Amino acid sequence: MKRLLIIFSLLFAGIASTSYAAVKSYPLDKANIDPTDGESLRRGATLFANYCFNCHSVSLMRYSRIGRDLDYDEAQLESLLVFTGAKIGDLMENAMKKEDAKRWFGVVPPDLSVVSRSRGVDWLYTYLRSFYKDPSRPWGVNNAVFKDVAMPHVLWELQGLQHAQFEKVTDDEGVEQQVISKLIIAEPGEISSEQFDNSVRDIVNFLHYMGEPTKQKRLQLGGWVILYLAIFFVVVLLLKKEYWKDVKKTD
Amino acid sequence: MMRDWFILGKEWVETRFPAKEFWDDHLVKYYAPRNLNFWYFFGSLAMLVLVMQIVTGIFLTMNYKPTASTAFASVEYIMRDVNWGWLIRYMHSTGASFFFVVIYLHMFRAFLYGSYRKPRELLWLFGMALFVLLMAEAFMGYLLPWGQMSFWGAQVIISLFGAIPVIGNDIALWIRGDFVIADATLNRFFAFHVIAFPLVIIGMVMFHLIALHRVGSNNPDGIEIKANKNEKGIPKDGIPFHPYFTLKDMLGVIVFLMIFSVVVFYFPEMGGWFLEKDNFIPADPLKTPEHITPLWYFTPFYAILRAVPDKFLGVMLMGASIAVLFVVPWLDRSPVKSIRYRGLYYKIALALFVISFIALGYLGTVAATPTATVFSRICSFIYFAFFVFMPIYTRLDKTKAPPDRVT
Repeated sequence: MKRLLIIFSLLFAGIASTSYAAVKSYPLDKANIDPTDGESLRRGATLFANYCFNCHSVSLMRYSRIGRDLDYDEAQLESLLVFTGAKIGDLMENAMKKEDAKRWFGVVPPDLSVVSRSRGVDWLYTYLRSFYKDPSRPWGVNNAVFKDVAMPHVLWELQGLQHAQFEKVTDDEGVEQQVISKLIIAEPGEISSEQFDNSVRDIVNFLHYMGEPTKQKRLQLGGWVILYLAIFFVVVLLLKKEYWKDVKKTD
Repeated sequence: MMRDWFILGKEWVETRFPAKEFWDDHLVKYYAPRNLNFWYFFGSLAMLVLVMQIVTGIFLTMNYKPTASTAFASVEYIMRDVNWGWLIRYMHSTGASFFFVVIYLHMFRAFLYGSYRKPRELLWLFGMALFVLLMAEAFMGYLLPWGQMSFWGAQVIISLFGAIPVIGNDIALWIRGDFVIADATLNRFFAFHVIAFPLVIIGMVMFHLIALHRVGSNNPDGIEIKANKNEKGIPKDGIPFHPYFTLKDMLGVIVFLMIFSVVVFYFPEMGGWFLEKDNFIPADPLKTPEHITPLWYFTPFYAILRAVPDKFLGVMLMGASIAVLFVVPWLDRSPVKSIRYRGLYYKIALALFVISFIALGYLGTVAATPTATVFSRICSFIYFAFFVFMPIYTRLDKTKAPPDRVT
């Protein structure tokens, strides 16, 4: 048994190790985004341009696609999103050099093109709202969802600063752990926490859109395809019954 | 005038190519049992999915770029910038999972009605060869999106070859073309996935069909319709494949496509079962994902592998779990073929086998905790017991006499 565990934890680094299962993860809040809400998406695009895009690229997405899907004309799009002198048909790289990023943050900020698909919208929504004051960290903040994350609390002016309340819990295996029970606003930001939640929801909505820009089209088309098949089924069923009428009789 | 030309043209072809004979032999004068039921849809559906995978695959190849630095982005390029690329890609990724759904049900049908029994042993062997080829095809295809799961899944599976004593590591190196999964691996897997394996699969499907048409379909009663022929030499319980079964299969195709469309249009990730979350992160050789799991259609065999404490023995047992399927025609000693006329022993054995297979499928996706490992071992035991004791319990079973004619 022990040997098995050693082999597999070396080989599969994590599958066999029980340590992950034991850590009680911070509960995720529901993002409740509305991908059909154009206003929310445009607000999200603005927030994204102001707070995220300087460090994070979206290198699988084109500016023009956003213009088309979110009803921006070329001039609006350029003033909103294009900082680098890129053409609007280009992919959304950003101006920050990878070496600089590594020096400033310790890691290159991940590309956000499909982050909504790898993390999920609830994770993003909770993550962006879960920074709390932690003087031991380089940026003075830590995150309840992503422990020791390298990202500073970019939205702090809006949200303000939170303090974490800890509690001791004993997990299934009897190990006592300190977990965050609650985050409380200690220094209020520019907007109320309700407004802030809505703003984060808009950002997440926008990230979700960028993760799969064709999603709404896909959802709209599905019904028609299935309807067509249903009608086709009836036609073929009648034809089949007509042909099979004479089969059941033996000999 | 037109008509004359048409008849002339037809004659011209027929003197040079046996189109009419082929049409007759395999469709209008190929007689299939009239009692084929629900379980007999999955052969034609497998054919449909194969064609769909090939056609969507061809279109994907037009924009996919098989290098480590471009593969991930080119898949998203297909999803975003290629007209209808998203549909083609989702059809292909969903098609892969549905291929296994269809094939597993197709194989289960053989266990229900004894379709592998004499004279269909070779038909079964060709089918099993197809199953193994399909697994290889799917495994290699899954590397191509070059996400984290593509990379680490392939890394884990290929490193299994390293468990073979003495030559193992060299074999793994030879397969990868590098010390880790890398550009060279991606390139060769692309070549295998789009050319080599599809060619062999198509050839093997032909063998499978030729063998089927030589012996004819089995049926839910497990009796030979060729034993009762009329004066013209036509089986009394047989009906021409075309138009009867072409139409019936068409119904199956439409229902299948409806279910398929629900997934493609509404749940293309299928909650992470068809497209894993971590595969939306580009492959990173320096960052191992928390949980590496193969896609669902491999997890039963993966669970058997993990149930064994020794890596080499685990690999051997996983190989055996597939190899044992090949010899089923010779393990089954029941005097009847169909489950309808078999006794309680076989019914219980088959039920336990299905439960353990599904349970193994689940256990292959979760972390190998001590509890999960115990269950994996129990289920692996049942899986093998089904085959190992088959010669005994099928012989001891109290069977009923099957009817002379299909019901």
